[in-house]
Amino acid sequence: MHAFDYATPESVADAVVMLSDPGKNACVLAGGTDLIVQLRENRRRTDLVVDVKKIAELNALSCDAATGLTIGAAVPCYRIYGDGQIAAAYPGLMDAARLVGGTGIQGRASLGGNLCNASPAGDTIPPMIVLGGEAEIAGPDGTRKVAVEDFCTAPGRTVLADGEFLVSLHFPAPAPNSGAYYRRFIPRNEMDIAVVGVGASVVLSGDKSSFVSARIAVGAVAPTPLFVSAAGEALAGEPVSDETIQRAADIARDAARPISDMRGTAEYRKHLTSVLTRRVVQGAVQRAKE
Amino acid sequence: MSKKVHVQTNINGEAVDFLCEPRNSLLEVLRDELDLTGAKEGCNNGNCGACNVVMDGRLVNSCCVLGVEADGCEITTIEGIGAAANLHPLQQKFLEHAALQCGICTPGFIVSAKALLDSNPNPSEDEVRYWLAGNLCRCTGYDKIVRAVLDARNGA
Amino acid sequence: MSQNGHKVIGTRPIRHDGVDKVTGRAIYGADIQLTGLLYGAIKRSPHPHARIKSIDTSRAEAHPGVRAVVTAHDLPQIADKLADLGEAIVNLRDASNNVLAYGKVLYKGHAVAGVAAVNLHVAQEAVELIDVEYEPLPHVTGVLEAMEDGAPILHEDMKTTSMGEETDKVSNIANHFQHKMGEPDDGFAEADVVVEREFTTQTVHQGYIETHNATALWNEEGQLTIWTSTQGAFSVRDQMSEILQMPISKVKIVPLEIGGGFGGKISVYLDPVAALLSKKTGHPVKMTMTRDEVFEGTGPTPGSYLKVKMGATNDGRLTAATAYMAYEAGAYPGSPVGAGAGCIFTPYDIPNVQIDGYDVCVNKPKTNAYRAPGATNAAFATETVVDEISEKLGVDPLEFRVKNGAKEGTRRADGPVHPVIGCIETTEAALNCEHYRSSLDKTANGKVRGRGVASGYWFNFNGGRSAISVSINPDGTINMLEGSTDIGGSRASIAMQLAETIGLEATDIKPYVVDTDSIGYTDVTGGSRTTFGTGYAAHATGQALIREMKERASKLWDVPADAIDFADGVFSYRDDAEKRGTFKELASQAGDAGGPVVAQVSTNPDGSGGGAFATHVVDVEVDRETGKVDILRYTAVQDAGTAIHPSYVEGQMQGGVVQGIGWGLNEEYIYNDAGSMTNASFLDYRMPTTLDLPMIETIIVEVPNESHPYGVRGVGEVPIVPPPAALANAIYDATGVRLRDLPMSPPRVQQALAENGG
Repeated sequence: MHAFDYATPESVADAVVMLSDPGKNACVLAGGTDLIVQLRENRRRTDLVVDVKKIAELNALSCDAATGLTIGAAVPCYRIYGDGQIAAAYPGLMDAARLVGGTGIQGRASLGGNLCNASPAGDTIPPMIVLGGEAEIAGPDGTRKVAVEDFCTAPGRTVLADGEFLVSLHFPAPAPNSGAYYRRFIPRNEMDIAVVGVGASVVLSGDKSSFVSARIAVGAVAPTPLFVSAAGEALAGEPVSDETIQRAADIARDAARPISDMRGTAEYRKHLTSVLTRRVVQGAVQRAKE
Repeated sequence: MSKKVHVQTNINGEAVDFLCEPRNSLLEVLRDELDLTGAKEGCNNGNCGACNVVMDGRLVNSCCVLGVEADGCEITTIEGIGAAANLHPLQQKFLEHAALQCGICTPGFIVSAKALLDSNPNPSEDEVRYWLAGNLCRCTGYDKIVRAVLDARNGA
Repeated sequence: MSQNGHKVIGTRPIRHDGVDKVTGRAIYGADIQLTGLLYGAIKRSPHPHARIKSIDTSRAEAHPGVRAVVTAHDLPQIADKLADLGEAIVNLRDASNNVLAYGKVLYKGHAVAGVAAVNLHVAQEAVELIDVEYEPLPHVTGVLEAMEDGAPILHEDMKTTSMGEETDKVSNIANHFQHKMGEPDDGFAEADVVVEREFTTQTVHQGYIETHNATALWNEEGQLTIWTSTQGAFSVRDQMSEILQMPISKVKIVPLEIGGGFGGKISVYLDPVAALLSKKTGHPVKMTMTRDEVFEGTGPTPGSYLKVKMGATNDGRLTAATAYMAYEAGAYPGSPVGAGAGCIFTPYDIPNVQIDGYDVCVNKPKTNAYRAPGATNAAFATETVVDEISEKLGVDPLEFRVKNGAKEGTRRADGPVHPVIGCIETTEAALNCEHYRSSLDKTANGKVRGRGVASGYWFNFNGGRSAISVSINPDGTINMLEGSTDIGGSRASIAMQLAETIGLEATDIKPYVVDTDSIGYTDVTGGSRTTFGTGYAAHATGQALIREMKERASKLWDVPADAIDFADGVFSYRDDAEKRGTFKELASQAGDAGGPVVAQVSTNPDGSGGGAFATHVVDVEVDRETGKVDILRYTAVQDAGTAIHPSYVEGQMQGGVVQGIGWGLNEEYIYNDAGSMTNASFLDYRMPTTLDLPMIETIIVEVPNESHPYGVRGVGEVPIVPPPAALANAIYDATGVRLRDLPMSPPRVQQALAENGG
């Protein structure tokens, strides 16, 4: 690993100053489970590691039935699923938070880090998209908000400009009769990168017989996690049935534009997108009914 | 080389100071600076659990933590869990169940399993298997490890 | 009291080294610290096949903190010479070129230079500053492609040896051999059912959790000491002496605890480089591999192509079998195809057999032993063909195996005749076990389920050389020095045999694995030989101690030694009931009658390691839509001869099974078109985790090995042999589709089901 300096700002403003220094190639450290490995394997170089874990906003975790959920960008997964109220209100997010790496990784890894790492296969990103997540970004020009589905721009690349960093993630309160679900396909049962991951959230009618609205997002089938709005829109107003769900699954499959790599061929990934979308929408419906 | 940083921590109940470069992982510091070689390097990227330690009450892969991040933290390593004269029940059960063969993964498994029992004193077999999925063992097929942890539940 | 009248054998004492290992105090190879220690790193080839035009080390040498750089030019260039490393025979020139490439690199990851620096990070920085100019050459990674005329040639001077004769043909086929018994054509003519199928398997790694390491100190007097984790310290000494061309007396190997090997920690990789760096710097140099270096730069076990044909009569008798086996040797000759050929049909009594084996060089790391090397590839083919034949004949596949099972007197196609073996007993135990007799619902949770069985064989090497040195303490405890690496509990299994012999408790023996200057030559811990071979030495040591103690008692009691009996742990004078004492009682006085009591014994038994047979039963659940296979239940049955420490016998069985499951379902080296392994990490290599498995049930069969005083057979290797075939047969039972390519990973299974409408 090449040498670098290390800093621990205690305010958003201080962090922005450090990250904006034109003389330094600085990067942000939260849980470090991606960054440290990338630095070690020379997949990334830096002059300055800015550890943001001492900034209060980055550690915030609050849930309110009226305003929704706010998760500081450095809050590790275990704190999120360890909070009974949050776990009960956002089970679709918990599906993903519980399967990022092993237990030791979950002691450090954060949803914010997963998003900023911008892997096409990042497990927490599809559920954050379908839950309507919004990213709060701080930078030299103040703060701005970006929808999670617009955050990643290419593998490993995001909308973050020089000097900017992710402060927190915000999710609206769950609507009545709603349910969300995330599932990935991996050859093993843990410790793997998604071959395909699918998140879905649905809002059902009062009698639970039809979809009011739905959002579907797919991971590992495009350069970024893919929000397939057409798949969700195809469900809106339709009855809850195998047929309508399959139609959404087909739309998701057709939207997928995967590559072939050592984790799966493009053809296999498209096939899995259909299978998983069907299962995941069914899972979300089940949760909405509970 | 980068300037070394002074880090103050508490390891296994004792105040410990050390100097390290920012690029040194906590695992490197433990092994090479502090002679705490019970944590092992199996993969150096968070996929085997052989280096697991508890940091401020939470299980972490010490290969994925910078030494400088440990400043102000409390850390428990395998060396702090039990010694010959006062083995932790998990250690005793690992011995009784022959839950180790080569033994290289054993410290990581015991640290991880202790973190599990500390947070959930009575886990099911599925919960044990889920919690330990980040710890690789290539010798045992996990059978005797899982049995040892299950058997340590009430004694822990 | 255990069975067979044994007091210690068959019990489950806590292993002697256990407390050190559960408390993190045990010192493994990478844990050693020495004064003035430098850290080393290796520069590796990015190309699978290339000529090295030049290596410029000047920038690296100028880097602050760097102390030395070495390349193949620092190694003596040595002539062709074959050496037996215990589990494989290697050419030492090849071994040297594998340690540091000379002239050409033959696989991605091939070492080309080494650096020593003040810390690991500086050494790694310096590696980037070594400038190597390559002329890339066409490469070949598949075994069948490598055999074709016109394939890129790895070794321009290598001519194919065929049927024992060197030919004029330059090719990647290092060797073709044939075993023939009876007349296969006649046998197939007799058969009513003949099945012939083709199979492929991929390169897989042993996957030990501890990466390779070596720490060397070459002192001013030219004495070299290496601290390392190895399956055989003496084998490392031999290799160092040959590769560095130095007298064996100048080399001392100190074995530290080893974090798994499975056959992969016999060949040296880092040790000679660390030695050269120490010689240049005058400091001790520690080298450890990263995980990707382990995958790309050590010795996995080969991918292979097999074609197997078997025939049987309608009354269920096998009449003939043939096999074509092509195994990847990797960069240098020496795949385990020979061992595979010795195992491929061995669980069966077949009158007419022909086996053709091919050892083929490809641009991949030089392969190495991995738990029953060669046998798992072979059994995957045979055991699925046997399953198909049983089905066509409408007979239970285990009953078919019992009917055709090998037994004492059956000749193997490669020559040897079986001594007393437990092949049929093992298969019968599987046939009668609760798991096999239980019913299995064929569908559940929208998934399909099935059950499969398979058998396997491994030779178990016959004994080999072992030495034991003991000294008796006045309290009657015994310090036992041995040369066998303890890789999974053999301190206990050997100490238990000594304790049994002399009537002590296992805890009375204090076993130590010591360095090569402190004990006689001991062969590697490999080939399932240690509990057999070094245990054999432990028994002999016990006998020597009994003789010695009779001499001491004779002096103490002033009676003739030949009138002293030893039974049930008590020495007694035949003619006077007062003159008697246990081993411990005598030990407290024996020093006064002739000095401290010590004994040294070395053995190299003539008899057979006993041959190991296993039969496995597995239930699987298959998700037809995704192709994913989950294991519902697994039972392994195996003949252990005599189980010394049953917990560790079970552990070997369970561990072997799970490695076999990994091999069967997900593990493989995935190469891209550029000849580069794309999944060289634990994340993407996908070894099984806790969550991928149920408990692994075990049934130990005990048919004692006549060649061992306690009936021991090696147990370590054979349990990896049946799983891939058992899984394939279970997947067939679940889906109606037969898979003949490993691994049976989800994409492969899904594709096979889609293509076959399964």
